[in-house]
Amino acid sequence: MREFAYEAVTDPEGAVALVAADPDACFLAGGTNLVDHLKLGVASPRRVVDVSRLPLASIVAGDDGVRIGANARNSDVALHPRVQADLTVLSRALLAGASPQIRNQATTAGNLLQRTRCVYFQDVTTACNKRAPGSGCSAREGYGHHNAVLGGSESCVAVYPGDMAVALTALDATVVVLGPDGERRVPVEELHRLPGDRPDRDTTLAHGELIVGVEVPWLPDGSRSAYHKVRDRAAFAFALASVAGVLRLDGGAVTELRLAWGGVAHKPWRARQAEEALIGRPLDEASVHAAVDLELAAAAAGPANAYKLALLRNVTWLVLRDLAGEGAR
Amino acid sequence: MSSVGSPLLRVDGQQKVTGEATYTMDHHTADPLHGWLVQSTVAKGRVTAVHADRALEHGGVVSVIDHTNAPRLADTDDLELAVLQGDRVRFRGQVVACVLAETPEAARHGAELVRVEYDEEAADVAFREAAATLRPDELDPDNDADTMQGDVEAALADAAHVVDQTYRTPFEHNNPMEPHATLAHWHGDPDSDEGHVLTVCTSTQSVHGVAASLARILGIDAGKIRVVASYVGGGFGSKGLPHCHDAVAVLAARTTGGRPVKLAVTRQQMFALTGYRTATIQRVRLGADQDGRLTAIDHRSLEQTSTSKQFVEESALVTRSMYAAGSRRTSHRVALLDVAVPSWMRAPGEMPGAYALESAMDELAVVLGIDPVELRIRNDTQTDPESGKPFSSRRLVECLRLGAERFGWSRRDARPGASRDGDWLVGLGMAAASYPANVFPGNRATVRALEPGRFVVEIGAVDIGTGAWTVLGQIAAAALGAEPDDVEMRIGDTSYPKASVAGGSSGTASWGTAITSAVAAFRKEHGDDPHPGDETTADAERSSDLEHYATHSYGAHFVEARVHRLTGEVRVPRMLGVFSAGRVVNPVTARSQFIGAMTMGLSAALLEESWRDPRYGHVVTQDLATYHVAAHADVRDLEAVWLDEDDFRVTPMGARGIGEIGIVGSPAAVANAVHHATGIRIRDLPITPDKLLARFDG
Amino acid sequence: MGARLQIEIGLTVDGAERRLLVDTRSTLLDALRDRLGVTSPKKGCDHGQCGSCTVLLDGRRHLTCLTLAAAADGREVVTAAGIGPDHGRGGLHPVQQAFLRHDALQCGYCTPGQVCSAVGMLAEAAAEEVTLDDAEIRERMSGNLCRCGAYVNILAALRDVARSEGTG
Ligand SMILES: Cc1cc2nc3c(=O)[nH]c(=O)nc-3n(C[C@H](O)[C@H](O)[C@H](O)COP(=O)(O)OP(=O)(O)OC[C@H]3O[C@@H](n4cnc5c(N)ncnc54)[C@H](O)[C@@H]3O)c2cc1C
Ligand code: FES
Ligand code: FES
Repeated sequence: MREFAYEAVTDPEGAVALVAADPDACFLAGGTNLVDHLKLGVASPRRVVDVSRLPLASIVAGDDGVRIGANARNSDVALHPRVQADLTVLSRALLAGASPQIRNQATTAGNLLQRTRCVYFQDVTTACNKRAPGSGCSAREGYGHHNAVLGGSESCVAVYPGDMAVALTALDATVVVLGPDGERRVPVEELHRLPGDRPDRDTTLAHGELIVGVEVPWLPDGSRSAYHKVRDRAAFAFALASVAGVLRLDGGAVTELRLAWGGVAHKPWRARQAEEALIGRPLDEASVHAAVDLELAAAAAGPANAYKLALLRNVTWLVLRDLAGEGAR
Repeated sequence: MSSVGSPLLRVDGQQKVTGEATYTMDHHTADPLHGWLVQSTVAKGRVTAVHADRALEHGGVVSVIDHTNAPRLADTDDLELAVLQGDRVRFRGQVVACVLAETPEAARHGAELVRVEYDEEAADVAFREAAATLRPDELDPDNDADTMQGDVEAALADAAHVVDQTYRTPFEHNNPMEPHATLAHWHGDPDSDEGHVLTVCTSTQSVHGVAASLARILGIDAGKIRVVASYVGGGFGSKGLPHCHDAVAVLAARTTGGRPVKLAVTRQQMFALTGYRTATIQRVRLGADQDGRLTAIDHRSLEQTSTSKQFVEESALVTRSMYAAGSRRTSHRVALLDVAVPSWMRAPGEMPGAYALESAMDELAVVLGIDPVELRIRNDTQTDPESGKPFSSRRLVECLRLGAERFGWSRRDARPGASRDGDWLVGLGMAAASYPANVFPGNRATVRALEPGRFVVEIGAVDIGTGAWTVLGQIAAAALGAEPDDVEMRIGDTSYPKASVAGGSSGTASWGTAITSAVAAFRKEHGDDPHPGDETTADAERSSDLEHYATHSYGAHFVEARVHRLTGEVRVPRMLGVFSAGRVVNPVTARSQFIGAMTMGLSAALLEESWRDPRYGHVVTQDLATYHVAAHADVRDLEAVWLDEDDFRVTPMGARGIGEIGIVGSPAAVANAVHHATGIRIRDLPITPDKLLARFDG
Repeated sequence: MGARLQIEIGLTVDGAERRLLVDTRSTLLDALRDRLGVTSPKKGCDHGQCGSCTVLLDGRRHLTCLTLAAAADGREVVTAAGIGPDHGRGGLHPVQQAFLRHDALQCGYCTPGQVCSAVGMLAEAAAEEVTLDDAEIRERMSGNLCRCGAYVNILAALRDVARSEGTG
């Protein structure tokens, strides 16, 4: 772990100014990802700017939706009464992530910006284009259990590992970002990017841009949401694949549908083609499978990760079936 | 023997629940230097240069020790321990340097700054069937690689029913919760000073074993080394023998002018440096007559070991005494690879071996249409098939019957895939287990009288979480006719008499025998009214019956598995183990050992796999987020019970070992339950969702 | 080393006020163990993957291995050594007593983390007004690995405590 200067800041603008001006600086929030990376040698900043004490931890439920401060802890968001009652998918996704201890310290912004868990990314003695651009991708021909099946590139097949962002993608949330020139709003779907030939860049944020909050609109009346995560261990494990779904049925036909998949791509994957195929139609296993297959037409999988295709097919059906069943009740 | 058999609570419990128990890195030492290991990034070759300049410039770094400047060892035959003695790299992750610094932060960063150059050679690191051709007895003559009785091929050809399948088990890492660590302090000159000159605190299953190994490589008398392990955070075999970090710490501490060195192995480094269970490829062929009586058993295991040190996992051993059959063959072949050194992991050999054998037995039961419990009962034997010796006690059938009754086995519908609960497919499976009752030689104990009625008993044993501290006190108290509270039990230090390793389920039996012998000798010498200070040290008296009987513990595992038909996830809501393990000295700590090992068996069945990258040569799933061990949510209703019995042919306490039997057979029971739930037979562990999904229809 | 690379912090540890100068790279776990001699929290993985280093930080369960010491300035740390009445001087916490009664430990290395985590869990459950049935306890304790496999006994211990506290 390289030496670094530590500074705790008290105003957001000051934090942005410090980091934007120094290419070797980075933000620190709960530390559960950054401190991990400092020890592994994956991150080696010269300056660490602690934003965890900025007054950005509030969770405010308004008429249009809920505004979650960047520093709101994962556990606090998950247990917020309005989130639990009306944004089930978000609460469930958060509670399916990590461990209670980690959720107590992890922040909303830090969670969004957590980096891939690809084993080669975390092992500095191996080649990885995301960590060391140009060094090669060890995962393509190596340990492929978690590799992306959608949107991967020649240079990177890492997946975005988080759960919360998958839920936020299905909820059409917006990330509020503060930069040197003021605030801007980024749809969460546009926050993370596909690797292309720049896998070192996880997101569309510029260096020094600070996430200050996330705005989540309420669901349309009559819609329900759910999150289902499949993992190798019964708890405390990253997703093999996960599905976030929002559904409304009217007279047996799908009138509102949003689907986001986790653990299968370099970003939370909004399955828009599958959504479109199902809108206006009755929900049954065959049509859901067909819709998923449409979305998966562009998928690329090898022997180690082909199971993810079956999982997406099955779990998307499981989530929608259960949501439809709940609606019927 | 009143206190033997009573449910005494752990004597060290209070220290453990408060965290005041001192594991190696918890020991306070004045003015230590902190070490950090630098590992090779090639799998084979030579170190051509170690550039330490940048590390040495970093604030707090004191020195960098590599093969050019490390003190020389007297004996370098054990290549795992002969660290920093030459430029040869034999596996990726091998220690090539050690940084010493004033703080752990500086040491860690210093290690990152050391730049090592290599002359890399092509390495052979992939375990392939075709490469496993070496007979292990060519490596270790004490070890029978092959056994053969009768004509297996002919018997198989004549058999009414044959099962012929290949089973695979993965590389697995012990991963005790406490990472290996060593604190070494030279406080004297071995050539001139009397008494201890070197004190080593290390997380080990054998303080005397570490002292003997270090003495050998250092070329000094073991009496000059004091090894202490007051608390050990688990080992599961990985702390049974000293590993390279012990040698590094001792060498590094030689260079500091008397300052102690603290060296912690990181969790990631453990995957290369502190042992692991080799992967196996096992072909099992069973031949049976119409009634399900075995006529032929053939169990051949292919494995790998390292060029640095040749440890062989004896996977077919369990098959040599498990069931009767006229014709039988077992064999082991290994591949010699440029990889990290494999070693003991809980029930080495028996664990993967029983997975293969007991899966094959389940397959045979299906072929025959016989209940799997009944199939095992039919093939029970009261004479060890291989040696012809009688068993000191073999009550496998009772374990099977009791387990079946308690588990509600009779309600099981024999057809696979017949039971479903919503999206969950439900199945019941079982397997049998055996593990040898080891009593190791080389144990002695000291008994000393304090004020009337009170005693001190000393033995250089180690409690790695087994409850040995408590249990040995009970054995001593019983032998002395005292209350456990009146006996102060001292262990975990080579200052106490010689004791064998806490491994092979041998601890209670071997150490307990020594204590019993020492008490008898003490009484003989000092009578029933000893004076304070009266003391006797005596060797364990080995039961002569051990030569005349085959001695094993037995068990039967019963498992309910639920498999999600859409996700392939497996859950195990119920697991029961019934054991015959001789006299249970302490039901509280014994039950913890049984359920702990069963939990590890469940974990191996569903989760554990170390994935070695064939291009790099090291395990890339090298942490606890990518090498999954069972978490709390994976373990549901899990229970262990045992037969009320004693086996005085093995030990004077009537006890046999209990530490490992719980992990033997339990993975097979899970696999068999998964088959019963789904009709899908997974023949390679672990049974993960991807494998089941690939086999689901549609 | 420039002055900025070290930082002075204050902590309350098991009731005692402590001030110390730390390397900015130092984790709270290392600061507690190596600098303050508070070795109750253990290092099992150093990467947030095992729970052995769990303490209560300002009353909530927290991993000290992924917390920079500098970032913990001014906070209150409670370890398993100080979790009992009167900062541990007045005996054991009910969770600790239940662990002993049910032999919810073997090697004991994960145990201080389990104890802190359990105390945190009980407080969380009380605040959320949820009933701690077996499934809830298992899920909520899954951030603490126990390689010795003491889970069923840990469950029994916590079931006991939850019942007597009225949360089970
Ligand atoms: C063992 C383990 C298991 C886990 N399992 C899961 C899981 O199953 N599911 C899951 O979703 N997650 C999981 N996680 C990841 C965890 O959720 C993240 O580490 C956590 O959410 C990160 O939040 P933090 O506040 O600690 O971020 P930090 O580590 O402080 O920061 C993470 C990144 O975000 C940047 N950052 C922080 N705040 C801001 C801001 N306001 N603006 C801009 N940049 C910022 C930092 O510079 C850094 O790059 C796991 C983590 C561990 C260690
Ligand atoms: S040491 Fe902190 S979680 Fe493992
Ligand atoms: S008691 Fe040993 S790891 Fe839990």
